[in-house]
Amino acid sequence: MIDSFTLSTGFGAWNAVFWVIAFVIACIIGWLIWSRGEKTYDSSGGATAPFLSGNKEPEKAAVHIRAGNLYWGYTDALSGYYRFIKPFHTGNLSDYFLAYLFVTALVLIVVVVLK
Amino acid sequence: MDILFDNLPGLLIAIPLLGAFLTPLLSRAGDSVRNTWVLIITGLSSVCGLLVASRVLETGTIVYTFGVNTVSNIIPPDSGGIPIRIIFTIDPMNAFMLIIAAIVGFCITLYSVSSMEKLSGKDGFFTLVLLLIAGVYGMIATGDLFNFFVFLEISSLAGAALVAYRIDKGVAAEAGLKYAALSTIGGMLFLVGVGLLFAQYNSLNMAVIADRMQLTGLDIIAFVLFFTALAMKCGAVPMHFWTPDSYAMAPSAITAFLVVSSQASLYALFRVCFTLYGGQINPLTVGWVIIILGILSMFIGVTMAIPQKDVKRLMAYHAVSQTGYMLLGVGVGLAALSSTCLSQSIGIMALKGGLFHIMNHALYKGLLFLTAGVIFYRCGTRNLNQLGGLGHNMKWTMVFFMIGALAIAGIPPFNGFASKLMIYESTFLFNPLLAVIAMVVSILTLASFVKVFHSMFMGPKLPEYEDVKEAPTPMLIAMGILAILVVLFGIFPQQVVDALVAPAASALIDYQGYITAVLGGA
Repeated sequence: MIDSFTLSTGFGAWNAVFWVIAFVIACIIGWLIWSRGEKTYDSSGGATAPFLSGNKEPEKAAVHIRAGNLYWGYTDALSGYYRFIKPFHTGNLSDYFLAYLFVTALVLIVVVVLK
Repeated sequence: MDILFDNLPGLLIAIPLLGAFLTPLLSRAGDSVRNTWVLIITGLSSVCGLLVASRVLETGTIVYTFGVNTVSNIIPPDSGGIPIRIIFTIDPMNAFMLIIAAIVGFCITLYSVSSMEKLSGKDGFFTLVLLLIAGVYGMIATGDLFNFFVFLEISSLAGAALVAYRIDKGVAAEAGLKYAALSTIGGMLFLVGVGLLFAQYNSLNMAVIADRMQLTGLDIIAFVLFFTALAMKCGAVPMHFWTPDSYAMAPSAITAFLVVSSQASLYALFRVCFTLYGGQINPLTVGWVIIILGILSMFIGVTMAIPQKDVKRLMAYHAVSQTGYMLLGVGVGLAALSSTCLSQSIGIMALKGGLFHIMNHALYKGLLFLTAGVIFYRCGTRNLNQLGGLGHNMKWTMVFFMIGALAIAGIPPFNGFASKLMIYESTFLFNPLLAVIAMVVSILTLASFVKVFHSMFMGPKLPEYEDVKEAPTPMLIAMGILAILVVLFGIFPQQVVDALVAPAASALIDYQGYITAVLGGA
């Protein structure tokens, strides 16, 4: 029965049902560990408040990290690549046509040469 | 009843066309009448699509000729063996594509009924939606090259008008113009290719041309014109520039169906390579050209997506990237099947992976665009820098987004993982470097969607979205249908592969079977 849910890739296999069962078991184990935790703990007492070198914590909405601040390290590390690739995306329709005609010509050459 | 079932392929386009032309008239009776009408029409055409697909998968290829009542009359006795009427040829590959269009077509209409509620010009909008659906069904079902061009134009023009529908300081009009101009150029060059073949073979029917194909110099030129026009329409790099412009500006439900429209072009690309020029064109050369386009699309698509701040533009670049996976899978399939050094099973598995990814992509990308539409509907912006904390109030949308995001990133147990696994494994045996690139692109996709998830849903409630509401019920139902399918296709992939993908792959490879189905061994 369970074998019928196994995706055969020809060189390996994948059974999502097993994966789901394992995931559920892991969740149950996690819940069991969590449920054995300290029940008398009071989260309103300030123990969970961030410590910012003694400074007052800013409003939550003020510290939300916006999309523009994410992955700056990645884009900075690949800045050379982006300097190369972005200028192709001009938004100019004439450039779109040129790219299309360029590929058409290139594919024609390749297909004719390697016929 | 039999006459109804026998004419289902014809109804497939007749119903949405009739619905489209009557929509402006029925709009006079009020919004609710028009909405009900549009839902009935889309529902009926989707049922038609699913019934045709199920018939094909049960009984084999359907050849439907407009204007005759028996199959034996496909080729008139005095036509010199050439079928001269409009012919739909629906084999398991077409059936596979019909299922995708039927599911997504219904979901986007249901979604649009609610998402367009506050906007004007809805009679024109829904007319164009139905024309777009009819165009895509026609592209998928037809067995005639000129017919394909006609349906390509119908879907392109309806698509361009829909891209420009939301007037946004002229930006939408510009995006629509770009889509229309490029589609027209592509369509015209496609038509030149059709003319070259017609001049030589006296026919527009794909099966006849495939049967008589000599691979002359003109045939090669026609092949290249078909190939690049269709690759451009499906958004392959470096002809992808229109994709982010158009996908970002179109209403989200339309964007979800433009993905299916692009996939119909992808299907046609594969049909040209495998069937029209099957056994004639050098499969290793063409396979590698497709692979290179696929790799470029995957990598450039995902790397351009990461820095985007407009959520729909970001998703549009991901659509380009995911198209790369499909091209990679099918390209490897084409190249490996022709190789004498590699096992045929590698090629077949890669082909199945690429085709399965088409279906999976339509579902999860459709879902993702619909979630982006909900955000725009409720918050009035697509700018990720202005969003945040929406998970507090939009829990269902957040869950649906998570399902779509995990699926596109290839995280188990969602459907994207299953098709990507098939592509990785087969591609690795063909060329390990290609598989490594594919996996790196998946990691970058995950990184990109983690950013989107954080930017839109995580963090504290922002004051401007303090009272933002969850999506209306019809929009939730439309997203829910797609999300359920994403999960089910991920948990039971073998059933989907056995029932839909494997027959489609076999049909695509078997060009002789396609010819015989139409010409009957003539």
